[in-house]
Amino acid sequence: MTTITLDVPAGRPFGLLRHSLALGKRSLIKTLRTPEQLLDVTLQPVIFILVFVYLLGGAIAGSTHAYLQFLLPAITVQTLMFASMATGTNLNSDVKKGVFDRFRSLPISRAAPLVGAVFGDLIRFVVSITVSFGFGLIMGFRFQTNPVEVIGAILLMLFFAFSLSWIFVLVGVLVREPGAVQGIGFVTLFPLTFGTNMMVKTDTLPSWLQAWVKINPVTDVMASVRALTLGDGPIAGPVTHTLLVSAGILVVFAPLAVRAYRRRA
Amino acid sequence: MTYAFQAEGLVKRFGATTALAGIDLAARAGTVLGVLGPNGAGKTTAVRILATLLRADEGRATVGGYDVVRDAAKVRRLIGLTGQYASVDEDLTGQQNLELIGSLLDLRRKDSRSRAKELLEQFGLAEAGGRAAKTYSGGMRRRLDLAASLVGRPSVIYLDEPTTGLDPVKREDVWNMVRSLLDSGVTVLLTTQYLDEADALADEISVIDHGSVIAHGTPAELKHKVGGQTIVVRPSDPGRLDEVDRLLRETTGHETESSGRGVLTAPADDDRVFTTLVRRLDEAGIGVIELSLRLPSLDEVFFTLTGAPVPHQNAHDSLEMAV
Repeated sequence: MTTITLDVPAGRPFGLLRHSLALGKRSLIKTLRTPEQLLDVTLQPVIFILVFVYLLGGAIAGSTHAYLQFLLPAITVQTLMFASMATGTNLNSDVKKGVFDRFRSLPISRAAPLVGAVFGDLIRFVVSITVSFGFGLIMGFRFQTNPVEVIGAILLMLFFAFSLSWIFVLVGVLVREPGAVQGIGFVTLFPLTFGTNMMVKTDTLPSWLQAWVKINPVTDVMASVRALTLGDGPIAGPVTHTLLVSAGILVVFAPLAVRAYRRRA
Repeated sequence: MTYAFQAEGLVKRFGATTALAGIDLAARAGTVLGVLGPNGAGKTTAVRILATLLRADEGRATVGGYDVVRDAAKVRRLIGLTGQYASVDEDLTGQQNLELIGSLLDLRRKDSRSRAKELLEQFGLAEAGGRAAKTYSGGMRRRLDLAASLVGRPSVIYLDEPTTGLDPVKREDVWNMVRSLLDSGVTVLLTTQYLDEADALADEISVIDHGSVIAHGTPAELKHKVGGQTIVVRPSDPGRLDEVDRLLRETTGHETESSGRGVLTAPADDDRVFTTLVRRLDEAGIGVIELSLRLPSLDEVFFTLTGAPVPHQNAHDSLEMAV
């Protein structure tokens, strides 16, 4: 008795990119259909800006306006980093659904559902940056550089957040509950985002904390965005650092996440 | 004989639990293999291995001549999978769900759109196609799920308990759809907990229990093996129940049982019993409002094959669902 050999239909090239875009579109449709999902990236920057600027602005910078100029670029980076966590939590609850079984049974790369989720979540980053800058502008924040540099700052932040979300994709694939992704996320993001010169100048900090702030890569990201939006400080150094760190995170964590997903399946 | 898929000696363990204990399954091209078994028997595990979602610890399986592990990518181009729990995306519309599968299967945009339309129509979902799937009823979701597994015109289709939890009318709906699939020459693996479903759809049935095949054959062979079809008669005039009782005892050679008010049942282990009874009832001028041959339930099949009632292992069930 023999087994029949069936003809396999041929695929088309550039599968990973096309499949990831199709799955990214799926995430995007889901987000747009439940816009309350975007509440975190909408409310958090507004609340943080209000609290920090009015509570601390006078004491730290002498005036709320001066402090807003100093704080806003950095707080935009911070909100963005918290937004990248959501990719992990969303994916964690998504992977358990039957529809992911179907994706696994399709002739697509195992990376595609993950890349798709990250692509789809780029909308969160765009919303997050828009709200943060938009609300800042309403409160009196002013860009001090030309539009090209501002756009550069935005693209740089998007690339950084895109890379960072792969860490949370890995966590999202590994842990059992979405809550665990958040727990791990907060524990790592608090020292990374607050342990910077986001709120005060580095030289006002105790020396051990200065040491951390100086090696913390997020400090470079914030310095890049400040330089590109306010024109203070050097651009090349921090931007190069940010690009290298982002690329490094991407190269390490994206393959790890795909491997973990493949094992789970 | 040529097989469209073939599994040999599949073993799968989850920790201390053995889900599959060396199972063989095969279906000839263009036929339906029914895999009948209770919850936790290993049905879903077997399907998941054949669908490349899970790796067997031992044994091998091929689909369309391709190994499910070594040639998984090729196998995935040949199969369509409909899970036990409708696996459609709740937030997407019916149309979007099908178009997504189309683009993942490398259909061109225009083709995937028209294929989606065509399937929605075929499954009676044309009007609901623009609504989010979360607004669909249970039956509509199953149909959308089935449609999603057909987007790529697969040669082998796995239907994992496609009617569990559906009411009888919806079950009939799904059965008709499965029958219409067969006209296009596909091979189907159908898992079910219902003998009547396997009987209605399958060309051959493998009965599995505790991860092993305990019986295999055509529905007729299997029914013959487990015997025990039951005749059910309900005369239109309850006053003539005694006469019916006598006729039933004479034709079947068994004692009758009354399974309800005005209803008599008796085992029928001869092919001609039913027609004889019809003739005798007619001769006696007795009208009936119910007269049927009932297949044994899964419980009865198991009792006959294993001498033990259907195992109820809740821990095992939940494990299988979780995997």
